[in-house]
Parts: sequence; structure tokens; C-alpha cells
Amino acid sequence: MSTGAVGRAYPRLEGPAKVTGTARYAVEYPVDGVTYGWAVPSAVVRGRITRIDMTEALASPGVLAVVHHGNAPRMAPGPQPELRLLQEPTVHYRGQYVAVVVATSLEAAREGARLVRIDYDTGPHSTVLTDDHPGLYKPDQVNPSYPTDTAEGDFDAGYAAAPVRVDATYRTPAYHNNPMEPHATTAQWHDGRLLVHDSNQGASSVRATLAELFEVSPESVRVVTEHVGGGFGSKGYAKAAVVLTALAARHVDRPVKLALTRQQLFGPVGYRTPTIQRVRLAADTDGRLTAICHDAISQTSTIREFAEQTAVYTRSMYAAPHRRTTHRLVRLDVPTPFWMRAPGECPGAYALESAVDELAIAVGMDPVELRIRNDTAVDPDQGRPFTSRNLVACLREGAQRFGWADRDPTPRARRDGRWLVGTGVAGSSYPARARPSSARATARPDGSFLVQINATDIGTGARTAIWQVAADALGVPPELVEIHIGDTILPTAPVAGGSMGTASWSWAVIRAAQALREKLRDGGPPTGEVTAEADTTEEVGGQPALPRYAYGAHFVEVRVDADTGEVRLNRMLGVFAAGRVVNPTTARSQLIGGMTMGLSMALHEEGVLDERYGDWVNHDLATYHITGCADVESIEAYWLDERDDELNPAGVKGLGEIGIVGAAAAVANAVHHATGVRIRELPIRLDKLIGVSDLP
Amino acid sequence: MKAFRYHRPADVADAVAVLAAEPQAAYLGGGTNLVDLMKLGVQRPDVLVDVTRLPLDTVEGLPDGGLRIGATVRNSDLAAHPVVRRDYPVLARALLAAASGQLRNMATTGGNLLQRTRCVYFQDTGKACNKREPGSGCAALHGQNRDLAVLDWSEQCVATHPSDLAVALAALDTVVEVHEADGPRDVPIADFYRSPGTQPERETTVTRGALITAVRLPPLPAARRSTYLKVRDRASFAFAVGSVAAVLDLDGDVVRDVRLAYGAVAHRPWRAYRAEQELRGRQFSPELAARAADAELAEARPLRHNGFKLPLTRAITVRALSELASS
Repeated sequence: MSTGAVGRAYPRLEGPAKVTGTARYAVEYPVDGVTYGWAVPSAVVRGRITRIDMTEALASPGVLAVVHHGNAPRMAPGPQPELRLLQEPTVHYRGQYVAVVVATSLEAAREGARLVRIDYDTGPHSTVLTDDHPGLYKPDQVNPSYPTDTAEGDFDAGYAAAPVRVDATYRTPAYHNNPMEPHATTAQWHDGRLLVHDSNQGASSVRATLAELFEVSPESVRVVTEHVGGGFGSKGYAKAAVVLTALAARHVDRPVKLALTRQQLFGPVGYRTPTIQRVRLAADTDGRLTAICHDAISQTSTIREFAEQTAVYTRSMYAAPHRRTTHRLVRLDVPTPFWMRAPGECPGAYALESAVDELAIAVGMDPVELRIRNDTAVDPDQGRPFTSRNLVACLREGAQRFGWADRDPTPRARRDGRWLVGTGVAGSSYPARARPSSARATARPDGSFLVQINATDIGTGARTAIWQVAADALGVPPELVEIHIGDTILPTAPVAGGSMGTASWSWAVIRAAQALREKLRDGGPPTGEVTAEADTTEEVGGQPALPRYAYGAHFVEVRVDADTGEVRLNRMLGVFAAGRVVNPTTARSQLIGGMTMGLSMALHEEGVLDERYGDWVNHDLATYHITGCADVESIEAYWLDERDDELNPAGVKGLGEIGIVGAAAAVANAVHHATGVRIRELPIRLDKLIGVSDLP
Repeated sequence: MKAFRYHRPADVADAVAVLAAEPQAAYLGGGTNLVDLMKLGVQRPDVLVDVTRLPLDTVEGLPDGGLRIGATVRNSDLAAHPVVRRDYPVLARALLAAASGQLRNMATTGGNLLQRTRCVYFQDTGKACNKREPGSGCAALHGQNRDLAVLDWSEQCVATHPSDLAVALAALDTVVEVHEADGPRDVPIADFYRSPGTQPERETTVTRGALITAVRLPPLPAARRSTYLKVRDRASFAFAVGSVAAVLDLDGDVVRDVRLAYGAVAHRPWRAYRAEQELRGRQFSPELAARAADAELAEARPLRHNGFKLPLTRAITVRALSELASS
């Protein structure tokens, strides 16, 4: 029996608490005797601390301690060396945290941090990614565990023999995750037990990391993550803030609150690596692809390898007999890049979907039709049929809604006063995955139910979605269901990331609900509480390895000022096929948010590095621009009804990332259509288009 | 953050006296720039003298037909003032092109004129900046300088002035009324700001501790036909990468009078006297406007990343004047 909660547009359960300010974020919990930590970043790129002078800092009013490698509690070696903070004098990148000042007020801690004098021995550094960097190497695999290179057929021969070819190199700069809430933690040690309120995307994994680093049992660590003000991947596992705070709290033996500043989010919390991507496409004169090659270069740090899976998108998106993808990496003296909304797919789709547009022009074919012509029911990478693939339906529906049919393909043919107007399209796909999770469902004597799972709602509406799924699975109206998430005392659950949160969590919740209904089946209302738990480890692990993907199509209309080169969007429209949609309100927000972030990538965002300092110079939101409402007049997101029984019990594919994938390419393709200028290095800013009306 | 004292002065004389007595005192207006800089450690005052309660918050018409704008009039109030909208549209448009609604509700007229450059090196105590720390060098000169000056910069500083309001006021021949330790004084806006030279830490010609009490707009009937064009990297809430304030007075199609000032090109709002000279007395055409801009920019010395500002400034000069000519 289904009550039909899934599919209905419920407002977020925690909405009233958030808008009235009563929802508590990580550093908003009142704590007796709390102190405040301030992270001190290194002022050099590469080197070694030779001396730390704390005299002035300790003399400053309110300062309790300066925690640094010389006095910090020791931590165990772990799989993430960058988290072993304040353990040694070595500096690997500018901005690495080298000390924490703890004081009785936030302001005193900040002033104390300014007064810590640190001397360094420094060495030469390398912080700029180039395609001829001597340090280029082939990583063993790319994030999270894809093969580094793939090849099928004979790309070189296939490419050489083709009548139509495109060979283009695309560049993307560093992008910085900037959730509204920074990485922030309140940490308290009591009798060897650690309690943290922390802003992250997965409290279970943060607990495991903290237990490992501080050499305590996981049971003695509790991580509470009730509300999170965004993450975009940068809070995907334990990061510096939570480690520093726990370390400082242990050192001063008092509770400590620490929140990074906006400036401190630029680098040390992870960011999207810059990329240099060469894409070569070959096709016959009918636009059928015969050869595809995508060579991607990105950077990592000297302390940990993170290899963005930039070319992985190209392995499964379009079919061709001859295909090759490669990834090369350089270790630079920079913070470790990390997940940022659709790592791999996002920059990769920008390059491939731009190249496909270039190919359509080279062939003389409509770019929607060229994509449709190269659709494939079988995953070119795995050689097995996709469980569902509705790219063509998205393209057709989008084209119809957008009014694509009458498009004149000639570049720079439409003018509206001083504006050059153009339209562009791009495809999109993102894997639909799930991870093992556990959950608990309890029936109460009063007829209500409690569902518990350590899922994380990073602002997506996940809490509400799981609640809807739970109600249907229990077969009761959602008003009878109470849901608890965001606490490691609840059943363990995976991270809110990879667009697999809802799939993974709802799977366990459905199984727990089913188990509970089984228990309740024979009796009337329970006299006491009846509880059932589920753990999907076996079931998820036993799922056949099939190619499961969500798809989408972006349509964009831009206008470019003929004289100044300013770019604005008239319209952005996306159509997606992402399985079942649990909550139309929050789904739409996710899709529009992703599209906006893709637009921001296309036109605005750029981490500008100064090689002399080994540092990004624009590290606040006044100088690192993100798109504002006025940049786009209309954004619309639609989805197709899609049923895919090979996914998970809830039938969802995930919506967190599909919206950003391909969005930047659609903008760039539209800019080309408007102006005749192909910008292959993002962002597309006015200095690259100024005076475009004077071009021949 | 450095601990500081807070002082609410009884009157203008009290405010100026505190600044005279305290070497590390600063006036607090809307706080939209100063408070950020205090958090960043770029400015570290011992005492904040909050001038927002002083009776400097009125806009009044003057007997000569001009307008006197008190220093603490908020940007949003000034932009909405009916006389400003009618007689000096360039001013209203410059104000509305700046910052965000929230910031305009806080920012004051005087504070806007004295806001600091948004050069990224100035705002980061970890990097060299002569303006912030005299003698430390200018990291921007050979660094990331896309947003910085093309005119009148020095080896010591290539910063630009960030204000939109000041560009409009420069075009309008505004008089800045200041109160210094030895009394009030009028300073024409053309003489108010300094070139960076060898002392980029000094941004105005008035003595340290001077308080702006008002700005005075002279009567300028031609300003009813005026505009402000601002180009920025996103559609709202961004500093200019190029801007122009323009007043055009035509006699038939001959330029009787014209006022032009540029933003985002120099250490101060840049009054384009040469361009005005090219335009005055000639038959207006877009080509003439382009030639005038070129004349103004003839001595420009673009930095490594900002050469685009020359065609940009030319383009917006042509557009602003052409729009006024056809309006």
C-alpha cells in the first residue's frame, strides 16, 4: 500500500526552523565554558617552520594557547596525510594550517593568530599547471577508482581516415567550493570521549576518520550534523576544520569552536582542479562519430593524490568504433584538489560537449540531431546495455520546449539592438549509483513511527525526501512519521555525495520499513515500541554491475554586447531523465542550482593564481565572482517520467550533479553561435569578446 | 581582531578633535568597507568615531540652484531623491549601479568617497602593497592586474579607485566640504584625490583626520541630460571594469558643453578633460566621441592583463554620448 507521499511537493521539514533562525548549525550550539579557535595558515608555499614565537600572541588578552607542531597532541598516521595537521614542521602549500590559536573570544583568537610569529626555511615552488610540465605522470587510477586510460579500436588510424575532424584544447581554471556555511566545528572531549558538532556531508565517515586519527574507538566519538549550509563536495569527508578543532580542544582541555573564514575556503578545503583537455573527434559526413579521444591533464598536491576523472564522461556518452581516453597528473605545491559538484563529469562534459558542437558545425549538421545520431543503447565503455538512457528524449523534449526548431545555425546572424543573440545546446549525464547503508524503523504505541538514519541534509531537502519514502514504505501518511538524521548515534549511512544519497539512504529505509511491517503484520497496534533495522551492504554489493546513468539536455540563449563583450543569459532550460522524482520542489531546486553553478563556471568563476606567491589572489566573494540572479532572466528545469527497475527500491537516480554537467558547454556553444567566437578557456569574460562586432 | 574603542561624537568639532588627538582613529560611516578591512587586518584603528548620528543627513537645495548633500546621507536615499533623479540622473544611476541594495542602505556619501581600492594585493596582508604598508613594494605591478589602472599609475601603485559615485561627482564639478582641525574648507573634487606617485598610502589632499561633512553640486542644467554607464563582470553587485559618467549639452548637433569622467582606469576618478576638449564646439557624431576617447587614452599605459580597458572605455564613451545625443 502506498500513500503516495513520494512524488508530492512537500516543503522542507526543517524550513520553518531555518527561516526563523532556530535551526542550529555546527558552531551555534550553546556550550558551557566554550573557547574559540582561529586557524593560522602558512605564509609560505613550500618549506619548513624553523621557529614559532608565541610570546606576543600569548600575551594578548584572552589568548589561552597556541597549538602547533611542537606542542600539539599526537595523531596516528592515516590514509589522509593532509589531515595530520600540526604534527610536523613541513609546509606543503601556502595556506596549510600551521597553528591554531585558542582564546576566550573569537576576536581575541583572531588577534592572537595575527601575533604568532613564524619563521620558515623556504624552497622553490611550482604551482601552475601547464601541458608541458616536467612533472606530468600517469596515476594508477582516477577518482574514485576508474582506470586511468582506456582504448578501444585504433583511434589514430580511425581519426586519420575520417573526412571530418575536430581537434581542440579546452582549459578550465581552479574553481572554489563556497558553501554558505564554512567548514565549522564545535569539539568537546569528556573522559576520553569526543563529541563534535560539525558541518560535513557524512557524519559516519567523519567519525571513522576522527577515531583513527585520535586513536580512540569509533564508539567513543559522536558526530552531530543536524543542519549543513551546503558542501558541494568540499565537506565530503573529514577536513581540516574538524581535525584542528578536536586537536585544539584536546590541547586546552576545554570545548572549542572553530569556523573557517571565507578567505580560508579558497584552497585548503579542496577545490576543483584546473584542467587542460584536448578533445579530438572524427566523423563521417553524415555526422556519425568514428573516433573519439579525450586527453585530460589536471593537478594534485605533493601530499596526496587526487586524480580528477575528467575524461570518464567521454567513455560512455557517445559511441564510436575508435576511442581513447587518458589522464595525466602533476604534483604541484598546492592544496589537494578534491570533489566539487560532479568532479570529472563537470569539466569533462564542458570539453566534450563543446567539441561535439564544433563537430556539428564542421559536419554542417544541427547539434541536437548530431547528438541524437550518435546515441547508443549500449554503453561503449562496458559493452552492456544501459539500464535506461533517455538522452534523446531529453534533447527532443528540450528542443521542443525551448523552440529550437527554427534555429538558423549561422553564427552572428541574430541581433537585438546592441546585443548579438545566440543559442546553444549540450548533453549531460551522470552515473546513478548507490552505497550500502543501514537504517532503523520503530513503531510506537500511539500509532506513529520513528525512522532513524545517519543521513545528511546539506540543504538539498534530503531529510524531507527520506521521510516521504519512509511514509510510503511504512504505508502510512507522512504526518505519522518522525525522521531523525545527522547523528552518529543513528544507524550508519554513507555520505551525501556522488548524487547517491537518496538512492542509498532510501534503500535502507525501505528495507527497515518492510522488516518492521513484517514484524507488525500479525498483531494489532503494538503495546510497546517495535523496532526493525536493515543493512543493505549485501544487497547493494550483490547488485549486478550495469551501466546506470541519468541524462539531461541543456538549452541556452545568450546575448553578447557587440561592443563591450558583456555576456548575459536570456534563457537557460534543462530537461532531465533521472529516474523517479521524490519531491518536485527540492528536485527543481537541485537541478536549477546545478545549472546555475554551470552558468557561473561558464561566465564568472576563476581562481586567479599568482605564481610568485603560490596563492590564489581572489579569495573572497567580492573578487571571485559567482553568478547572480541578474545574469540570467529565466532558468527552467523539467524532467521526464522515467521508470528504471534496475536502480534501487526507490527508483531514483540522484539529482545533485546532473544539472551542472554540460551546462557550461551549452553557454559556450551559445556564445559561439551569437558571436562566431569560440572561447576554449573559461570563464567567458568580456575581455575575451570585446569588440566582437569589429571582427570580419 | 584588534580591540578598539567606540566613540559617538557630540558634533563635528568633537569628531575632528578625536581624530586630531588619536593617531589611529578612524571615522565610521556605513562600515561597509572599513569593517571588512578591520577583520582582514588591513586597517587597525584604536578608536572608531561613529559619525552617522551627526546632523549631516540631509539633502538641501541651494539658492544658486545647486544641491548640498550631507556626508551621512545613505546611498539608497540619495539615489531615490527626486531632485537628484530629475536634475542629476548621472548621480542616481551611478549610485544604483554600485554594490547591492543592502550595502547601499548602509553606505554613506562621505564614506563612499573615501572607500579603499579593491586591489586584491591591498586587501591581503600576506602580499606586498605600498598603499597598505609603504615601502613593501607593489605586487600588482607585475602580478594579476586585470582590474587595475591604465592611466596615471606609478611604479609604487597601480590601484584603481572603486567608487561609482565619485566618478559621477567628478563629472559634475562637485565641491567637497571638509572639516579639518583648523576649520571647514571647500575642496573641488578635481583637487580632492591624489595620483599615487611615490606615496600611494595618501589618497586625498586633505589633512589626516579631515571629516567630509557634505558634497555640493553646482547648478548644471545640462546635467538633466546625463548618464552613467558601468561595465562589470557580472550583471550586478560587482565593481566596474570600466565606467563613464557623461553630461552632454547640444546646440542643435553641436556640442555646447560636455562633462566626462571615467571609473576603473586610475587611482582616482578620472575626469576626461582632453576628451571634453575634443568634443566641445564640434558637431557630434559617434566617430567624434571615439576620437575624443582616444585622445583621453593616448597616454594610457596598460598593464599586462588590462589592455582591454582601452577599447572598453572607448566603447562606453561612444555609447554614453550617443545615447545622450539621441535622447
